[in-house]
Amino acid sequence: MASLDPRIQRAEPELWQTPNTTLGPLEHWTTYEVFLQKTRGSHAQHVGSLHAPDPEIALILAKEQYTRRSSCVSLWVVPTVCILKTTTEEEGMFQPAVDKTYREPQGYLNTRERLEKYRHRIPSSSC
Amino acid sequence: MYGNLVVRPEDIENWGKKVEQEDPEKLVEFEARIERGEKIEPWDWMPFEYRRQLIRMIEQHAHSEIIGALPEGTWITRAPNFRRKLALMAKVQDEVGHAQLLYSAAETLGKTREQMINDLLSGKSKYSNIFNYPAKTWADTAIIAWLVDAGAIINQTTNSRGSYGPYVRALERICWEESFHLKYGYDSVVYLATGTPRQRAMLQDALNRWWRPIMHFFGPPDTQSVHTEKLVRWKVKLATNDEMRQQFLDMYVPKIWELGLTIPDPNLRKNPETGRWEYSDPDWDEFWRVINGDGPCNKERLAVRRFAEEKGRWVREALRSPQAQYVTPLA
Repeated sequence: MASLDPRIQRAEPELWQTPNTTLGPLEHWTTYEVFLQKTRGSHAQHVGSLHAPDPEIALILAKEQYTRRSSCVSLWVVPTVCILKTTTEEEGMFQPAVDKTYREPQGYLNTRERLEKYRHRIPSSSC
Repeated sequence: MYGNLVVRPEDIENWGKKVEQEDPEKLVEFEARIERGEKIEPWDWMPFEYRRQLIRMIEQHAHSEIIGALPEGTWITRAPNFRRKLALMAKVQDEVGHAQLLYSAAETLGKTREQMINDLLSGKSKYSNIFNYPAKTWADTAIIAWLVDAGAIINQTTNSRGSYGPYVRALERICWEESFHLKYGYDSVVYLATGTPRQRAMLQDALNRWWRPIMHFFGPPDTQSVHTEKLVRWKVKLATNDEMRQQFLDMYVPKIWELGLTIPDPNLRKNPETGRWEYSDPDWDEFWRVINGDGPCNKERLAVRRFAEEKGRWVREALRSPQAQYVTPLA
């Protein structure tokens, strides 16, 4: 069946003569991670990855792929290879192993109570 | 745009063996994490079969987006006016963008983009069957943008409740863009439905042509599909093909009827007792025939992709840095 698409008709018959092609490793270049800052004052957030031959083109492609309709004030790209991250096994180290309320505001909820309870120990003020 | 994951009997056969070989302790931990509603990230331990099924599913989804741009693209050069042309171009660009997001998500599981494209071109990997049908008139693009995208949204919204982080994140972005497609498609359909008798006839013809592929869209009926208890437990598959098909019929049949269009199936009706839609057999033999390469446009779709890869090769080569090394994307 002949194509109904005029763009494809223009590529015929060469289109049909294209031999089956196989892509080698890295033919679609390397990967970058994309970070996007939505508004001024907010943190840049990781939004995904893409393939690009160099950082400049990565930035152009990031704009196409990750800011299509949403507003954005700045866009960052970082070669994936440059990122060092923790592993699943290390996830546990972010959980407090012992009671660490001594370094949290919730660890100091009884201060007022103590003040009321022992107020009588405080010598009366001279002024 | 994408139909549903088709699980074949041979997939299940392989998988029973593999799961038994997995580290039981890690498997328990993995399943507990999913049970708690937590997402799995690329750097987590995961069963071989989870990885394999997800690669297959996300890869098929990516191929469907990139091939799915072709039937509608047929009409870009002949859109009826400039606004419609801009809208169609934006939609087609969105679909290609979705493919990029999905290839990246699949890649986090360890299959390179080049391998995925090679498998598409060689016919080893499949894509949604519906894109092997031609868009004969402008009205076909309207039906595709409305009803095929509606089906895709049902499928993708369902999948976005899944367990694999990168896929879920990509789907959230995709669903958001698809909502424009649906509105644009419905507007195009309503415009023709409220137009001249010739426009109405063109729309009805398009619906007649696309109804069967749309019924095929969610995949074979549950009676023919393999029981996928493990895929459900792992939140890879979140609804059966028939559940999604029923949801689609519930939502869209009334809207089609409202426009005075006839659905080309005299047996289509909602059974008041069961609350389920009944319909004629949409010829599942045709579905399998087309998926295995014998559809009206299979050859053209792949020839176009092959041509694009081949003709773009010198550009990619010219830009390539000799120092580049491959790394799996992080997330």
